[in-house]
Amino acid sequence: MKQVRNIVLVAALAGLAITGCRKGEKIVPPEVTPVDTATPGSLLNGFYLLNEGNMGSNKASLDYYDYTTGIYSSNIYATANPTAVKELGDVGNDIEVYGTKLYAVINISNKVEVMNAASTKRIKQIDILNCRYITFANGKAYVSSYAGPVLIEPNAPIGFVAEIDTTTLEITRKVIVGYQPEEMAVVGNKLYVANSGGYRAPNYDRTVSVIDLNTFKEIKKIDVAINLDRLKADNNGDIYVTSRGDYYNIPSRLFVIDTKTDAVKKQFDIPVSNLCISGDTAYVYGSVFSYNTGKWTITYNMVNVKTETVLNSNFITDGTDKSIRMPYGVAVNPATKEIFVTDAKDYVSSGTLYCFDKTGKKKWSVTTGEIPAHIAFVSATK
Amino acid sequence: MMRFKTPAKTAGMLLVLLCGAVSAFAQQADSVKSKDLREVSVTAPRTAREVSPGQKMQAKELERLGSHSVADAIRFFAGLQVKDYGGIGGLKTVDIRSMGTNQVGVFYDGIQLGNAQNGQVDLGRFSLDNMEEIALYNGQKSNIFQPAKDFGSAGAIYLTSLKPKFAPGENTHLRGTIKTGSFGLFNPSLLWQQKISSKVSASFSTEWINATGRYKFSYQKRDENGHLVYDTSAYRKNGDINAVRMEGGFNGLLNGGEWSTKVYYYQSQRGLPGFIVNGVFGHVDRQWDQNIFVQSSFRKDITKRYSILLNGKYAYDYTRFLAPDTARLYIDNHYRQYEMYFSMAHQYALTNWWTIAASGDFQWNRLDADLTNFSYPTRYTTLAAAATNISFNRFSAQASLLGTFVNETVKKNASAPYQQKFTPAVFVSWQPMRSPDFRLRGFYKQIFRMPTFNDLYYTEIGNRFLEPEFATQYDAGFTWNKTFASSWLIQAGIEADVYYNEVKDKIVAVPGASMLSWQMENLGFVKIKGVDVKAKALWLIKKQVQFSTRLTYTYQRAQDFTDPSDSFYGDQIVYIPRHSGSLILGADYKQWEANYSFIYTGERYNSKENKLKNYVEPWYTSDISLGKQFSYKHTLFHVTAQVNNLANQFYEVVISYPMPGRNYRFILTVNI
Repeated sequence: MKQVRNIVLVAALAGLAITGCRKGEKIVPPEVTPVDTATPGSLLNGFYLLNEGNMGSNKASLDYYDYTTGIYSSNIYATANPTAVKELGDVGNDIEVYGTKLYAVINISNKVEVMNAASTKRIKQIDILNCRYITFANGKAYVSSYAGPVLIEPNAPIGFVAEIDTTTLEITRKVIVGYQPEEMAVVGNKLYVANSGGYRAPNYDRTVSVIDLNTFKEIKKIDVAINLDRLKADNNGDIYVTSRGDYYNIPSRLFVIDTKTDAVKKQFDIPVSNLCISGDTAYVYGSVFSYNTGKWTITYNMVNVKTETVLNSNFITDGTDKSIRMPYGVAVNPATKEIFVTDAKDYVSSGTLYCFDKTGKKKWSVTTGEIPAHIAFVSATK
Repeated sequence: MMRFKTPAKTAGMLLVLLCGAVSAFAQQADSVKSKDLREVSVTAPRTAREVSPGQKMQAKELERLGSHSVADAIRFFAGLQVKDYGGIGGLKTVDIRSMGTNQVGVFYDGIQLGNAQNGQVDLGRFSLDNMEEIALYNGQKSNIFQPAKDFGSAGAIYLTSLKPKFAPGENTHLRGTIKTGSFGLFNPSLLWQQKISSKVSASFSTEWINATGRYKFSYQKRDENGHLVYDTSAYRKNGDINAVRMEGGFNGLLNGGEWSTKVYYYQSQRGLPGFIVNGVFGHVDRQWDQNIFVQSSFRKDITKRYSILLNGKYAYDYTRFLAPDTARLYIDNHYRQYEMYFSMAHQYALTNWWTIAASGDFQWNRLDADLTNFSYPTRYTTLAAAATNISFNRFSAQASLLGTFVNETVKKNASAPYQQKFTPAVFVSWQPMRSPDFRLRGFYKQIFRMPTFNDLYYTEIGNRFLEPEFATQYDAGFTWNKTFASSWLIQAGIEADVYYNEVKDKIVAVPGASMLSWQMENLGFVKIKGVDVKAKALWLIKKQVQFSTRLTYTYQRAQDFTDPSDSFYGDQIVYIPRHSGSLILGADYKQWEANYSFIYTGERYNSKENKLKNYVEPWYTSDISLGKQFSYKHTLFHVTAQVNNLANQFYEVVISYPMPGRNYRFILTVNI
């Protein structure tokens, strides 16, 4: 039926005449923004920022700020690694630089992506189910994961920490810790792991696991508070760990563990969602939501970790904090003491990275990927 | 642009044909068709004709289209987008004129399908097997003699199941159908209609859908020079479905009225194939559903001027969601929804041109769920509507006012406050010239959607302080239809509307107490400008080939104006293309029938910001089918073969949910 065929063709033409056609999906190039004057010769070459991206959107992305040029490049992974199928992955949960390598923990994609810290090119992918955070000591990487074996409760697996040799990039040992382990830190020869128990709400875990790095065995569980999350070491042999509370009646709090006694020695009654310890100062913010009022309260604070006192002052001093909708990450340049705060805004659009000088005055800000969260500095030595 | 390898000669002819076709589309068959349909029903309600006829597709067209579900068929209507998660069992919801899925009311045999839990109806679950008509109305069905609920959504879809119609001497209709093809589909169905008396008939329809849901998908990326840098293919896993639908009921005629009653049962078990991202090419989540409802309707002209319409319904919906992967959060939740509904509508004809109507509805909804700290909400909704209609030869108008009164109680936590809202609607239609072929029409409507139970009470997500989400619509358009005496062009029609909508206090998810628990807020403000064009024509070629054409085009500029400080202020809202359209060509020749259908969805964005990183390419699919009818010993057979997504285009409607490529379906129908 010739007419039918002709009309089919007309139809196709008419349809396509409406607008454009498919050109084939392309690698999205980085967005490059000059944000500051170049400072060549600084102790740090720059830093990577890992954007989490929304779950299921495959929008974890990597940004890089280059101190030597003053240029911020957003979304650099796909261009550096064009052949990586489905790019960096889904929900970037942590990033660190160790030696010459860059390690990105991609939670939903169940992997630690190991890259060259200078070129951002992929070296290897280490598969770890439901991996969360990474820390390093003595040539080893330690990665926390929710996906340990199912022990007591049939539907709630216990967590583990995997040890990875940073030269072979192979998993060497594993140790079972508490439920849904989050951040970790190494002090001396001990690894401290914050266990949240987030999958078991309201029966949260409330312990910090202490792992002996020689035997790679859990030697102690320190009872702290429910739903532990952040865990950082200071220079004085103390561990700072945060509790998220239950979002209802038990508020978020900050605790100090003495690693000599492996016991809680102090509690600060301030809400802490995230913190960064640099020198003697912990830079802290808390974002608290109340189910009773449906409103948010966001606070910024500082803690002197030497005297163990809350300074009750905002580290942002020029009022910029009022334009930060949802603080989501904090980092401090160890050399310049510049303070970085990320704003995740509504979680579904590009965030903003703010750079403040050491007095808390805004130097610059730049648009990032979705849910900017984790920062890793790259030193100039390599 | 895509290139077609077409000889120059054909191209020239195509151009002529194209122009011819466009001018010939300048006609409208809708109202003619709807009039025909009305005549089928012997006792059509004594009401003025619709001021603004909806878009419709009838059984014959639906059958020829061969779509699997209502969601697949409705994509051929103008002014809407189907949000499709892909596959046979994938969720498919509809968004009319960019106002959001929750602003759409879906009615089955005259009574709304409720989902107080999340306000969405999965149109992928409604098969076309026993469907007589699908109709889409912007604003509302412009009929004043209807339940108050029918005034209560920003856009409405009416699904009407087949009503038994017997020719003289007939007492029984029996029809069996088997569909099979790609996705491991096995879908037998049975329809039985029985005449009980001259005034009462019974019908029963059942089907079984079983499919593996397996299909190939592919992702490709190119570098800036267009060279392929990766090309990966895999099979969609865990997309299986096993579902049974049964429905049956009685239809009866009265002196000046009619009644019907029916029972509906649907049960399914399905895999949820989930998102595809780096490192995750399969999921293990599963869902079980059970939907039962009983509904009855009664309509009668009590006096010459006064008519009454009664409707009642009871519904029970059960869902179990299981996420058994212990490497992730294990979830095994059960949800039970209960609904009771009763409506009474009255119409009184004051004069032969002026009618008034009043209706009152009461609805009770309850949701039980085994979530930690769940509120167990119950909602009492009372709706009252007053409406009036004037109808002259060349001018008709309707106005209605709907009052909504919502009260909620909870067993735990606190309940949402009492809501009381009044919302108006006005519809006008004017025939400016002597010829009735051309009419102008327009409407204004204000309506809102209540926050759903999930919006208000879902543990850690719900926000009981939510206000209703308001939508205001302005629409103006024309319809032109003509029936021709010429031998080759029988009917033609065109309808075009321009509209402007505003959605304010849009209920959106915003960051909650933790990354995993979002909060619902009345945050969004969206302005929508759009154009809908529909054209239809019926041709008779060489007195033997009946040819039908149906074309739609939709333009939507839907912009987010929530907050000037947002990076996406003024950007096109997520997943709404500026341009979309469809085309259906059908041909009947003796016992043969052929169909070609084409859908185009233009470029859009998968996130709030209109940035390159969120850009989604256009997609367009062509489906073809060929069918033949033949009879053997008084039994009528009908076989159809279909190829869908002929060009094997790999695309996504929703980010990370790949759609099927080329697929096949075979349908055998036996009528006794």
